[in-house]
Amino acid sequence: MEAFDLLFQGFQVLLTPDRLLLMMVGLVLGIFVGVLPGLGGPNGVAILLPLTFTMDPTTAIVMLSCIYWGALFGGAITSILFNIPGEAWSVATTFDGYPMAQQGRAAEALTAAFTSSFFGSLVAVLLITFLAPRIADFALRFGPPEFFSVYLLTFCSFVGLGREARHKIVISMALGLLLAGIGMDTVSGQLRMTFGWTELFRGVNFLVAVIGLFGISEILLTMEERLALRGHPAHMNLKVVWRVWMSLPRYWWTLLRSAAIGCWLGITPGGAIAASFMSYNLAKRLDKDKESFGKGRIEGVFAPETAAHAAGTSALLPMLALGIPGSGTAAILLGGLMVWGLNPGPLLFVEHKAFVWGTIASMYLGNIVGLVLVLSTVPVFAAVLRVPFAAIAPMIVVSCAIGAYAVQNAMFDIWLMLVFGVVGYVFKKLGYPLAPLTLALVLGSRTEDAFRLSMIGAGGDLRVFWSNSLVGSITTLALVLLFWPLISHAIGKLVGVASPARGEA
Amino acid sequence: MSIETPDTTAEDARPVVGARNVDIVVSLLLLALALLLGWDSWRIGASWASDGPQSGYFPFYLSLMMGAASVYGIVTALLARHADEPFVTRGQFGRVMQVFVPTLAFCVLTQFLGLYVASFLLVAGFMWWIGRIALWISVLTSFLFTAVMFATFEIAFNVIMPKGPLEAAFGF
Repeated sequence: MEAFDLLFQGFQVLLTPDRLLLMMVGLVLGIFVGVLPGLGGPNGVAILLPLTFTMDPTTAIVMLSCIYWGALFGGAITSILFNIPGEAWSVATTFDGYPMAQQGRAAEALTAAFTSSFFGSLVAVLLITFLAPRIADFALRFGPPEFFSVYLLTFCSFVGLGREARHKIVISMALGLLLAGIGMDTVSGQLRMTFGWTELFRGVNFLVAVIGLFGISEILLTMEERLALRGHPAHMNLKVVWRVWMSLPRYWWTLLRSAAIGCWLGITPGGAIAASFMSYNLAKRLDKDKESFGKGRIEGVFAPETAAHAAGTSALLPMLALGIPGSGTAAILLGGLMVWGLNPGPLLFVEHKAFVWGTIASMYLGNIVGLVLVLSTVPVFAAVLRVPFAAIAPMIVVSCAIGAYAVQNAMFDIWLMLVFGVVGYVFKKLGYPLAPLTLALVLGSRTEDAFRLSMIGAGGDLRVFWSNSLVGSITTLALVLLFWPLISHAIGKLVGVASPARGEA
Repeated sequence: MSIETPDTTAEDARPVVGARNVDIVVSLLLLALALLLGWDSWRIGASWASDGPQSGYFPFYLSLMMGAASVYGIVTALLARHADEPFVTRGQFGRVMQVFVPTLAFCVLTQFLGLYVASFLLVAGFMWWIGRIALWISVLTSFLFTAVMFATFEIAFNVIMPKGPLEAAFGF
């Protein structure tokens, strides 16, 4: 098997002392970031990204992805012990995780959460190992029209499948695309939307925007809600861990089903949240004893955690294979790739084999080490939550500012970060989704380039997007997804007319 | 539960402004932005040339989309019949300002004194003044934090931050 050889090479790339050390550092920082209220995966990765600017790309992504795994693990600690979801996709974990902690079964719940996270990730990483090279190989034949249609599909699925008000999704996405267009136009060399302001010639860097949108705004929101943290103690010991692990085979169907849901939804953008809820609801619906959910059922922890972690991990698949991020954090990692001088896309698998397989190998190792680390250090990290927020908030602000400045060494970016912080705060309070904005900022110029290159190639003929079966079906699928709410409404009506009895029931 | 009810007094719970009003103001601002960007894109050429779109083509139509969506937002907000929810209460607004104003001050100080001095002042000041933590703990924590940041970024990772007169005095 070619994949095994390449993976083996990946482990060889990974197993150097400094990379292993930075992996550990990344995991610890990640758990820390995941545990702190007001910080999570995307913020943590965005803030700590500047640390990696002077590293080589492989070391950099190993450390950053470990921050991400750590944050995913850490989120479960706050959900279960403190009933505060660290991330939106940890919300479903609190439903049964917190009641378990209240009943003094915190250690059991935590073990279940970490183990199922690990399982979810493992399934997703296996998927990446075997599927990503295939997809990349396939995508090597893509020209600009194919790439444009895939980008279009990404954007359309946000609008069509998003749960927020449609016009707010459209605004958020259009704003992101417009901000991405500021500065030099790469095709014609013309300056756009700069209004003669020299600071804007560089364009709006998306990392600066992300740090403001997620980091600063989250501090404002956390302060507003004034969280008072009082958690339940967790007495982790090997006996509990062993007991939970021994019971795992009984839940094999829940675990596998949740992992499959997670992998599927993770590849589509913004899927991790939906995955955790869907998986929880399915576990509840398929169970004989529905009433006991929400009162401390261990399946209620297994299901959402497996799905969320599988989704969070498989979100990296389209990022590696196609250069299209499946989640906010993946978008930031993608931004990192560009900073390190790599060009995201299917060519990565050809030109930077060591980088890609080192990354995939680090997913395996990072999750194993992360599981052991998090099981053994829960009390330490739970204690972190007792540090007063008044000490942590200003430190996060400083870290954000360092991150924003380091991207392009520009003081202007610190101000821009502050502006984005306020925008993020207001948008979150008014229900504007931030994920489409982030995605549009990252993909904006690449989407436009792909479109215009296709147009130059085809002499301005739009039919190029239906010129062969591949590009045609992706474009059509994109349009179907864009109008999905209307289509599903229409189908519902038709079915309702056809069988009125069922429509009433 | 682990989350306290934040606003204990009636005064704190009074809304500063309703969510609908903020929604309308934000939509108006977005509309203004859309008009501005759309106009600028029109100026540099937003039509379809023989080899595809001109530089302003995409931004122009994106502005149009954003503008239309904002108008839709304004109309739905104006027509909404259900009772308005508060956007922020007084208590909440006060706490947000407690962190926003120091952050703003930090940015101004960074411009003139460099990031590390500003960082020391922000952390120490915030802990002592907002967090009501003992002065010596605040100053010590802040000093350690800033020192670690300086060692990490400036020395270990060679990521250069804006520096002011103090660092210059030490030869950095």
